[in-house]
Amino acid sequence: MRRLGLYLGLVLILLPLGFVLAGVAWTPHPPTLMGPQRLAAPGMDHPMGTDWFGRDLLSRVMVGGRATLAVAATAVATGGLLGTAVGTWAGVRGAVAGEFVMRGVDVLLAFPTVLAALVLATVWGPGILGVAVALAVANIPFFARLARAGAMTLHERHYVAAARAVGAGDLHIVLRHILPNMASPLVVQATVSMAGAVLAEASLSYLGLGVQPPQPSWGRMLQEAQAYFYLSPWPALFPGLALATLVLGLNLVGDGLRDLLDPTLRRLTSARLATGRAHRSGRPQSR
Amino acid sequence: MSRYVLSRTAAMGATLLSVALLVFILLSVVPGDPARLAAGPEASPETYRLIRDKLDLDHPWPVRFVRWLGGLMRGDAGESLNYRRPVVELLWTGLSVTLPLAMLSLFMALLLAVPLGILAASRAGGPLDLATVGAAQLGMALPEFWLGILLAGLFAVRWTVLPVGGFPGWDQPGDALLHLLLPATALALPRAAYLARMVRGAVADVLAEDYMRTAHAKGMPGTRVLLLHALRNALVPVITSAGLTLARLLAGALVVENVFFLPGLGRFALIGVHARDLPLIGGIAVTTAALMVFLSFAVDLAYGSLDPRIRRT
Repeated sequence: MRRLGLYLGLVLILLPLGFVLAGVAWTPHPPTLMGPQRLAAPGMDHPMGTDWFGRDLLSRVMVGGRATLAVAATAVATGGLLGTAVGTWAGVRGAVAGEFVMRGVDVLLAFPTVLAALVLATVWGPGILGVAVALAVANIPFFARLARAGAMTLHERHYVAAARAVGAGDLHIVLRHILPNMASPLVVQATVSMAGAVLAEASLSYLGLGVQPPQPSWGRMLQEAQAYFYLSPWPALFPGLALATLVLGLNLVGDGLRDLLDPTLRRLTSARLATGRAHRSGRPQSR
Repeated sequence: MSRYVLSRTAAMGATLLSVALLVFILLSVVPGDPARLAAGPEASPETYRLIRDKLDLDHPWPVRFVRWLGGLMRGDAGESLNYRRPVVELLWTGLSVTLPLAMLSLFMALLLAVPLGILAASRAGGPLDLATVGAAQLGMALPEFWLGILLAGLFAVRWTVLPVGGFPGWDQPGDALLHLLLPATALALPRAAYLARMVRGAVADVLAEDYMRTAHAKGMPGTRVLLLHALRNALVPVITSAGLTLARLLAGALVVENVFFLPGLGRFALIGVHARDLPLIGGIAVTTAALMVFLSFAVDLAYGSLDPRIRRT
């Protein structure tokens, strides 16, 4: 029962993920092929119907998730690695480095993903690169905070002192003794961040700042669908449904993992209070 | 207490300065030649020269930054290249839509989430609790802009009971509120879902405390115990998180405004991006980021005044 949410979440993730992965090898119709039936309702030939240009919606949904997933995963991985590295460094180095990093975190937190993406799109022009960079940067603070809190507590442990006594270097201590012991909260944060990144990428594609046409993307499809909603609601339904299923699944898995790994999270509580930011440091967050 | 406030204020000042510097570097130093960027590739030499003069690029960038910062302090953020009006004027117009929109959705979210969360926690494990938890999980997964499209499609396009978009201005307050109703709902529902979970968790934690048993034991009526003891303690994290919720709503408004063609900061920003309107984007970025910094400052202060443990560190 306790793991019901976790398994349900995994199934919900696999559903859209499966569609997208299958779409790499095969789609029922070519996703950009314009057919004679415009805005057809779901039926035998087109299970999700067709859009304004008579293109098959199922095929477009299958292909349209590719950019969302790729950008979100790359951005969370990059931001997560950078944030963890900086946070761990600050936690091990002590107060001055910590203060420095936390001020940097404050500055980054002042830029919500959308705002950062808007600024980058002004300079670089709309495109996938600006979105990916904005998402990665937006994720750095959450990981930096968690890693710093974790590294600070673990650094005081006797086994770290023992390792140092036998001559282990900083890098060895961080890689072998600190990182493995604080991996759980970071993994939970990565799941939650992934959900946020998927939502953000879709929002930005909707605004026209992400994937550029003719390549389909869920956000872009929804933008096109909005214009002819009065003729057919189907094109506005399915891409959003795929998006919501994926995010729901990621959130459920995040919750499930947190429950599963709870003891580790609880161990960090004292560190959370020590940073003076009890409300924002310990728990995984998303934007 | 005052030392805590002082240190937080100093930190906020430093953050604001860094935020301004970051925006300036991104928009005015990184592009190399901002005038070339703003003018676009097909601009004539005359247009280019004109924009170069307007952006005041004939000084080294540290000088330009100090001038820009000084202008900001005096309430002068330059002139928009696209609208040919002072950026500050556009910022006020935008804020007069974005802020009420965010406040309205915060109000709606709290109105929905607080009673639901309390009811769910007081009947933990019951059907209402399960329904709330399930609905909250679903609500948190909904993209705000998709919700906006669906709401606009149903209420404005299909049933035509509410306006599709646009904004009449605050001269007609009733009509203006009507235009904010759908976008505010789209923003509020996912936040309400998040808050309902939070309220439920907080109330459930308090209900497990010893003093709750004491209150019941001394013969206090159940509703009174719930309202007097449980609520007061459980709402502390909720009230303090209202600041962070508002920050999230403001960021969400940047997107949802574009679903409903509301002339808020997000709408101006998107138009500004396509027009490569550097002064306007700079003004919007600094304003929004400063709002975020103020909100997190307010949250820190609220926490400090409610939880003495935080002040001491």
